[in-house]
Amino acid sequence: MARRSPVRVVGSRLLQALPVILLATFMVFALLKLVPGDIAVTLAGDNATDARIAEIKNIYGLDRPFLVQYGAWLGKVAQGDLSQSLLSGEKVADSIGRAFPNTLLIVVIAMLLALLTGIPMGVLAAIKPNGWVDKAVSLIASLGVAIPGFWLAMILVAEFSLKLNWLPATGAKAFSASPVEAVRHALLPGIAIAAYGMAEVARQLRGALLEVLSSQYVRTLHAKGLSMSRILWQHGLKNVSVNLLTIISLLVNRMLAATVVIEAVFAIPGLGSLIVRGAIQRDFPIVQGVVFTMVVVVIAVNLVTDLLCAAVDPRIEQ
Amino acid sequence: MGAGEPAQRGAEGAREGARPLLQVRGLGIRFKTTHGVWQATRKIDFDIAPGERVGIVGESGCGKTITGLSILRLLPGNFAGLDGKILFDGVDLASCSARQMRAIRGKRIAMIFQEPMSALDPVFTVGHQIAETLRVHSDIGYEEARAKTLEMLRRVGIASPERRIDDYPHQLSGGMRQRVMIAASLICGPQLLIADEPTTALDVTVQAQILELLRDISETSHTALMLITHDLGVVAETCTRMITMYAGEVIEDAAVDEALVRPLHPYTSGLLRSLPHLSPRHGRLPSIPGRVPSITDMPNGCRFRARCAHAAKGCEAEQTLQDAGGGRRVRCWRFAELNLPGALHPPETAATGRVARQ
Repeated sequence: MARRSPVRVVGSRLLQALPVILLATFMVFALLKLVPGDIAVTLAGDNATDARIAEIKNIYGLDRPFLVQYGAWLGKVAQGDLSQSLLSGEKVADSIGRAFPNTLLIVVIAMLLALLTGIPMGVLAAIKPNGWVDKAVSLIASLGVAIPGFWLAMILVAEFSLKLNWLPATGAKAFSASPVEAVRHALLPGIAIAAYGMAEVARQLRGALLEVLSSQYVRTLHAKGLSMSRILWQHGLKNVSVNLLTIISLLVNRMLAATVVIEAVFAIPGLGSLIVRGAIQRDFPIVQGVVFTMVVVVIAVNLVTDLLCAAVDPRIEQ
Repeated sequence: MGAGEPAQRGAEGAREGARPLLQVRGLGIRFKTTHGVWQATRKIDFDIAPGERVGIVGESGCGKTITGLSILRLLPGNFAGLDGKILFDGVDLASCSARQMRAIRGKRIAMIFQEPMSALDPVFTVGHQIAETLRVHSDIGYEEARAKTLEMLRRVGIASPERRIDDYPHQLSGGMRQRVMIAASLICGPQLLIADEPTTALDVTVQAQILELLRDISETSHTALMLITHDLGVVAETCTRMITMYAGEVIEDAAVDEALVRPLHPYTSGLLRSLPHLSPRHGRLPSIPGRVPSITDMPNGCRFRARCAHAAKGCEAEQTLQDAGGGRRVRCWRFAELNLPGALHPPETAATGRVARQ
């Protein structure tokens, strides 16, 4: 069985991604049109006449059939243009370009924290299943899964910002301008999101490692005279790396989604805040643009994960 | 092939004063379950001489595999304790530290398992896994380890090893994987190879090749072989001596040629009679009624007596593994009066019997 070249694999995967992008943006567009409220009313200002509203609808093409509007948006996207905000007139691509780094920093910090805490927890729990370490890890993991991120976020703000005054409670700083300040601002939201990730990494890794450690080939490794640490760190971790990569890719998606609420709590001008504002104001190009960006990120992460999985596990056919 | 030959060999060994490579003495293995601690094997006694090929036979659940694993101290997690001694080259393995055991595993005593599919790590190349045994036990450079691995692959009969060394286990056939397992276990030149049902998962033609390979390697490199199997045909083809186990005890120990012709224990006789290719062609294949008693419900006295056609008053007494003469041992007080059928006819009629069947 000859392996296909990575270029062709990526190419075919990107082709498969097109329907996903179409479906996701179409559904969000349809939902926005279904909910009551109209941006034309907002644009027309207070005490506007029906005629004025109709005129504005005509200017922005909001009176055209639903499918035509979606088609027009899609046509622009195909040419690399995410169009403009209906309210501010700013290019959606510029808004996203400004907001995305803030969100990305939170997700990166959350992911690093989740892995740095979750991996040791999972490994320690798997070494002695049902021991007290395992029980403690499973308790912490249950808490991590059960505690809502926004609640944890408010507790963190109350404790570390308002009471101890260690970290800023709200806002964001550009990473390029001041990396330290940017990280300080992103730390609390990162922790709030990381709690769930840590729990998930610890639980999944424990399960996967236990399965590996109980497998026949681990007995062979013992019979060959390998030490437990060599079995665990060399054979164990390589065997669970596929599980770990899968967890990471799922977590990226989940964490991206979680930023929507967390950014609201911390008043961070990221993608989440942008899409919330866009949705409230029925500024559909903004919403569509953010959804499009998120879908592309998710697809890219999944693609990279699949390529990495195939690289570490020879049994996976690309 | 004289029936007395292996016994003579044993006697020669004794004359030279050669110490057995492995001496298992009074080995008992206990396991804990939710209902308490159970004795899985008890008072296991046997020797294996250097270069000797010994088959351990018996039905499933009679303690063969556990005995094999206990020699390398690879017992599963619910293991509760071990009695007796496992003397390997004079050192009691039962009281070795974990570090001492690691130095012995793979280097002086190696073990191969039933399922070559699941016994190899799927995400490392076979070359890596063979060389790993070598690298764990010696300071050896990459190039040298690779050269030795290639040589070993050639030795176990893998065609074009240069191509196969970088393959992953899933790219090989079952027979090739078992050859790789054998290569990984033999690369450090162990004195004893424990093979737990090494051919059970393989198809018949491959089975014969693997058995021949094991026998050949044992002969040429003087590696003792402890072959654990439920298949008496495998023992007949490969081994010189046969130890029969039943319900956690050794019940018979004899040279293969003798045991096949004239078993002394009714259980061994029953096993031999139920071999399809050794029994008469017509008629119903004989089988042993009943099943091995559960570990939680061991009878007193002879553990086989509930299934034994020759059970009599006196069998409820504790049975000892007694000397039966000619280097044979049996755990049955009636062995002298019973004239039990084996799988083969006595030597003088064996030839005619075989012709008649064809």
